[in-house]
Amino acid sequence: MGKFQNNLQQHAPGRRQFLKLAGLGGAGLVIGLRLDPRAALAQQSGTPALSYNAFVSVTPDNQVRVLIKHLEMGQGIYTGLATCVAEEMDADWSQIVCEHAPADTEKYANLGMGLQATGGSTGMANSYQQMREAGAAARAMLVMAAAQHWNVPVADISVAAGVVRHGPHSATFGELAAAAAAQTAPAVDSLVLKNPSEFIYIGNPDLPRKDIGKNTGTALYTQDVQLPGMLTAVVAHSPRFGGKVRSFDASAALAVNGVQAVFEIDSGVAVVAQDYWTASKGREALKVEWDDSNAEMRGSKELAELYRSLLETSGTLAEKEGDAESVLSAAGEYLEASFEFPYLSHAPMEPMNCVAQINGNSAELWYGCQFQTIDQMVVAEMIGGRPEDVVINTLFAGGGFGRRANPFSDYIVETVNIAKQHPGIPVKLVWSREDDIRGGFYRPAFMHKLSASLGPDGKPQAFKARLVGQSIMEGTPLAEMSVVEGVDVSSVEGLVELAYHVPNRLVELHSPKVGVPVQWWRSVGNTHTAFSKEVFIDLLARNAGIDPVEYRLSLLEHNPKESAVLRLAAEKAGWGRDLPANTGQGVAVHSSFGSSVAEIVEVSVAGDRFKVERVVAVIDCGTVVNPDIVKAQVEGAVALGLSTALGDELTLTDGLVDQSNFHDYQVLRMSDMPEVEVYFVDSDLPPTGVGEPGTPAIAPAVANALAAITGKTYTRLPLKIG
Amino acid sequence: MSYSLNVNGQTFEVDVDGDTPLLWVVRDHLGMTGTKFGCGMAQCGACTVHIDGEASRSCVLPVSAAAGRQITTIEGLSSNAARAVQQAWVEVQAPQCGYCQSGQIMSASALLAKNSNPSDAEIESAMSGNICRCGTYSRIKAGIRRAADAINAGEVA
Ligand code: FES
Ligand code: FES
Repeated sequence: MGKFQNNLQQHAPGRRQFLKLAGLGGAGLVIGLRLDPRAALAQQSGTPALSYNAFVSVTPDNQVRVLIKHLEMGQGIYTGLATCVAEEMDADWSQIVCEHAPADTEKYANLGMGLQATGGSTGMANSYQQMREAGAAARAMLVMAAAQHWNVPVADISVAAGVVRHGPHSATFGELAAAAAAQTAPAVDSLVLKNPSEFIYIGNPDLPRKDIGKNTGTALYTQDVQLPGMLTAVVAHSPRFGGKVRSFDASAALAVNGVQAVFEIDSGVAVVAQDYWTASKGREALKVEWDDSNAEMRGSKELAELYRSLLETSGTLAEKEGDAESVLSAAGEYLEASFEFPYLSHAPMEPMNCVAQINGNSAELWYGCQFQTIDQMVVAEMIGGRPEDVVINTLFAGGGFGRRANPFSDYIVETVNIAKQHPGIPVKLVWSREDDIRGGFYRPAFMHKLSASLGPDGKPQAFKARLVGQSIMEGTPLAEMSVVEGVDVSSVEGLVELAYHVPNRLVELHSPKVGVPVQWWRSVGNTHTAFSKEVFIDLLARNAGIDPVEYRLSLLEHNPKESAVLRLAAEKAGWGRDLPANTGQGVAVHSSFGSSVAEIVEVSVAGDRFKVERVVAVIDCGTVVNPDIVKAQVEGAVALGLSTALGDELTLTDGLVDQSNFHDYQVLRMSDMPEVEVYFVDSDLPPTGVGEPGTPAIAPAVANALAAITGKTYTRLPLKIG
Repeated sequence: MSYSLNVNGQTFEVDVDGDTPLLWVVRDHLGMTGTKFGCGMAQCGACTVHIDGEASRSCVLPVSAAAGRQITTIEGLSSNAARAVQQAWVEVQAPQCGYCQSGQIMSASALLAKNSNPSDAEIESAMSGNICRCGTYSRIKAGIRRAADAINAGEVA
C-alpha cells in the first residue's frame, strides 16, 4: 500500500473566521424561532415531537423533550438545564427527556463565548436565563392553546406537574401538544419568570438525573457506536512530539488477518480493520521509521533546568500595582518560596475517539463533542464544505476534564483524515489508553517563585510572583482573546488580581516554547496558581504566628464572598479542634469561574505516607440549581485535585513520555478517597461556575495540613513527605 | 478459530483468533457495548465482567480461556446482589460521566454476592481495581453499603 498524500496542512480555523463567529455574541437567544425538524434527533418516544422553540418540544404521548446545547460529560448539565425548563414550564419531572442539541452555532451558542462550546464552567451560568425562558415560552403556548380550546381567559388557567387546568377542564401537555405548537411563540420580554420563592425544582436536592442508562450499560458513548459497514481505525503516532513519519513498512500489518488498509496521515500511520483488536494487532506489526528532525527532544530534567534559570530572570509584566520591587528590596522581613508543577494528563475514563463518515463535501460525525463550532469549521475546511455541511451528533462523553475541547480538533481531524480515504463508510477512530497518556495536550508544567516583604504585623506589604510555563492559548484560535500584551491570562489567573489585600504587587510571566502540546485541564491556571498562593499565604501566617484562617480573614476584609466561604468551612470543619497525634488540619480558599470555594482537610501521617481523612468544602456558586449535582461536582473536583496531590505526574525523558497507562500514571483510587462534606453559602444571585472551582483548593489544603504536622513547607506536586 | 461462548445464559459461536480479549469479542463481535474499554491492561476495571460469578477483567482474558464458562456482562445482570446494587446506584446517584460504572457495578455485585456485609476495608479491597476519574468513590461506597443493607433486610427479592 502506498502513501496517501494529504494536502491539508492547515486545520485550525483562520483567525478572521473565528473572530467573526466569536462576534456572534448573544445570537444564541432564539426563543420564538421554530426549529428545523432535523433537530429532533433521537426518538425516545413513538410519536414525533412538536417544537415550541429551539430547546423545547412536546410529543402527543406527553413527553417533554429538552435539547441540551452543552456536552454531557458527567457534570450533570442534562439535569441542570432540564431543571430550568421544567421549573418555568411547570412540567412533571418524570415527563422530561433530554437529548443533545445538533451543532448549530446560531441557535446553540454558549452565550458567554459566542461559540457552541462547553467549558470554562459556563454551562449553567450562560444558560440559566435562556432555558428558563424556553420553559416559560413553552408554558405560555400550552396555556394559549388551552384557553382557545376551552374558550376561557388565559389568566384563569393554571398549570402544575404537566397538567393544564381551568375549572372542570384539564389537559396534559401531550393532549395540547399540537394545538400549542401552532401558537405564535411569545416575545421574550412578555414572559414572566418565577420568583425564587415559587421554585419547586430549582434548589430541589431530590431530582433524579436525566443522563440515564449509566447503571445498566445502555447509555451510548462514542466507543459504543455501531453503524452498518463501520470500520475501526487506530493510528501509530510519533513517540516524540513533532516527529513525522520518515517511512513505514506495512507488509506485516497488512498480513494480519482482517486488516483492510494501512496508510499515512498527517499525525502518523493509520491501520484500518473491521474491529479494534484486529486494527491494534495490525498496528503492533507495523514498522515505522520516525523523522525526529523537528521533534521535541528535551526531557523533564532539561526543561526543569531551563525553567529554574528563567525563574531567576524578569519576565513579561502581567500585573503591577504599587511598587513591589522597591518595597521588596528595602530592609525588613522577607519570605520567598519556589514551586514546581509537572505536566498532567486528563486521562478521562473513555479515551479519545470519534466516528466520521465523509460523503463528498459533507460529513456526519458521532462523538462526545465539546467544541461544536470549532470542530465544524475545521472539518468543513478539510472536506471543502461549509460548516453547516458537517453534521455532528453529540454523544455522552466518558469524562473530559478539558481534553475534548481541543483548539485544533486534534483527534477529530485524525478521524476525518482516515474517513476521507473510505468515502461513504463510517470510520471509528479509537485511541488506546497509551495513545491518550502519550498523546499530549497536557496541563502545562509550571514553576513559580513567590516573594513577600512583611510589615511589623507579619502582613505582606509587597508581593511578587514570577511564573514559568508554556502558554495554552498562544498559537490557538483563542489567542486573540486570551493573550494580552504577551501574557496568556490563563497562565496567571489566580495570582493576578490577588484575592488578599497586599498594597504592592508584581506578577511576571515567562512562556517558554516547548514542543509538548498543552491544553486547559479542569480549572486551568488555577490548578497551579491556587497551590502556590495558598501554600505561601499559610507560610506567611505561620511565620507571623497567626492562625491561618484568622490570617486569611484579616487580608480578605474587602472580599465578603471568600470570607464567607472560609468562615463557614471553619465552622463546619471544627477548625482548631483537637485531633489525634500525627493528624492535622489544612485550609485553602480560592475563587475561579465566578465561584468561591474554601476547603478544610484533615490529614494523618504515618512514616512517609499520608492519608486525607476528611474534606469539608464550602462553595458559593450563586443560585444552586441542583444541590445534589453541585455536591457531586465538588466531590469529583476534590478527587481530581487530590489525585494531583497524591500521584498524577507526567514526565519525559529525551522527548519520550515516561508513562503509558494507569500502572505508571497513578490516579486516585477508592482507598485514597476521603469523605467530602459539601456546604453552600445561600445566594439568590445567578448561578456561577460549578464544574471546576472545587479543584484548585484541595491540593494546597492538603499541603498546608502536612505543614501543620511536620512543620515543613511543601512546594512541589505531587506531594512527598520525605 | 471458532469458540462457543455462554454469555448471559445464551450460547454464541464466534470466529476469532484465540488471543482476542473477551472484551472485544463481547463489544465488537456480539455487539454488547455495556462493558467498557478503559486501559486494556487490567488497571482500571472498566471492562469488568463475571466469569463463573467472579469479577474478572475482560480486556486481558483471551477468548480461548473464556469459552465454556459462564460469562455475565452488565446487560445480563439479574442476581439479587446485582439488582440491589443497581437500585442503590440510582438512589445515591453514583454516576457522573458513567463510563466506569458498568465495571464498578460488576465489581460491587460480585463482592456482595459473596459477602453481603463487607467492611470498609473489604469494600476498598474489592473495588481497588476500578478507577473512576470523575471521583464518584464516596457514592460508590455508600451505594455498596446501601445495597448490602437492602439485601440483609430482605428487601431485594
Ligand atoms: S479495560 Fe480492562 S481493566 Fe481497564
Ligand atoms: S463516573 Fe466518570 S469515570 Fe466514573
